[in-house]
Amino acid sequence: MAETKELVLLNCWASPYGMRCRIALAEKRVEYEHKDENLMEKSPLLLQSNPVHKKIPVLVHGGKPVCESLVIVQYVDEAWPDRAPLLPADAYGRAQARFWADFVDKKIFECGTKLWMLKKEAQGAAKKEFTEGLKLLEGELGEKKYFGGDTFGFVDVALVPLMAWFRTFESFGSFIAETEAPKLVAWGKRCMERESVAMSLPDPGKVYEFVCFMRKMLGLG
Amino acid sequence: MAEEVKVFRSWGSPFSYRVELALRLKGVAYEYIEEDLSNKSTLLLEYNPVHKKVPVLLHHGKPIAESLLILEYIEETWQENPILPKDPRERAVARFWCRFLDDKVSEMFALWMSCWTEGETQQNFMEQAKECLHLLEEELKGKKFFGGDSIGMVDIAASSIAHWLGVLEEVAGISLLDEEKYPNLCKWTEEFLKSDAVMECLPKRANLLALFQTRKQAISSVK
Repeated sequence: MAETKELVLLNCWASPYGMRCRIALAEKRVEYEHKDENLMEKSPLLLQSNPVHKKIPVLVHGGKPVCESLVIVQYVDEAWPDRAPLLPADAYGRAQARFWADFVDKKIFECGTKLWMLKKEAQGAAKKEFTEGLKLLEGELGEKKYFGGDTFGFVDVALVPLMAWFRTFESFGSFIAETEAPKLVAWGKRCMERESVAMSLPDPGKVYEFVCFMRKMLGLG
Repeated sequence: MAEEVKVFRSWGSPFSYRVELALRLKGVAYEYIEEDLSNKSTLLLEYNPVHKKVPVLLHHGKPIAESLLILEYIEETWQENPILPKDPRERAVARFWCRFLDDKVSEMFALWMSCWTEGETQQNFMEQAKECLHLLEEELKGKKFFGGDSIGMVDIAASSIAHWLGVLEEVAGISLLDEEKYPNLCKWTEEFLKSDAVMECLPKRANLLALFQTRKQAISSVK
């Protein structure tokens, strides 16, 4: 078990990747300091802690940084193994969990970014990839309470920030979540009943406003 | 008792190679199934319906896809010759570098694209590629391998730099892995290629050369 050393999360409130880290830390009931970064003016601490990518989130534990959200979530799981395990105990289960979390990274969040960052004409392929991704996730979830089965786990943590971003993706991707992915919408509501999720996800309306602002800054109108 | 371990692979793929190397380092016997990527087998499509790619590891009939995830599974299943450290922080650092070496849209992508493009596009990719090599060079400082004294998961993930990169440079007629600029990486390549496990399943350089030359010609003729 990790000693109680100084724990700081460098984050940006709207980042789905940062939300994952907050949820994992909350599940483990670990106290930490939350530092919101201004991505237009990155702090020396951020640049020093993530010299390779210069991105958030970064978890700084006892002065030592851990970067990349899924790496951070696994680190949190391994550093506090005595409570709320996020990955299953068996190797095959863990491989499956990592597979779907990786899928979420590529097909939901990376793809979702294209939905609002690209001009309307260029969005076609991204929209198709995104909605297909949702369908595959619906299939994987099936009738389970969570992706982790009865327990909230790694894939749930990886995907649930979508609940803060769904409205934004729907708007720019021109689809309705309830129609495309009803099971995921229901799953999202179940997850929001967890304190760790409710306290870590910002209001979807605020995220949407933020993205509209970003689009103006990028000249996307 | 022989466990049923199978690897769906493509002989020229550095991603399949990662899996075979990890199994050999741990002394795990396995059978490989060669896939023709232009005509994928029904079995492969059944075992990896989401991405339809090699490599896939089949253990006790259960499939695992995505090379880095397969490496984690191998590490957790067979304890000999560990390829990840025990300390959570050191594991996080290793995972970070494995992801760096795997990123499809990043510096690593630039490394490969340097070899398949020409003109200004190529120049841009080469600049990014050099940045990538520089970061890896820094990470290696003072170490024999990325994993420390022995080959670890990051070294396995970086195998393409030790073998495939040289072939691609030759096909494209460019130089990226310069010994003067990247002495640590060049030394690392030498040490890496001394390992028996590494050499046992490495595709022959001549075959890779022929494969990439054919591809390069095919791309050029499309213009």
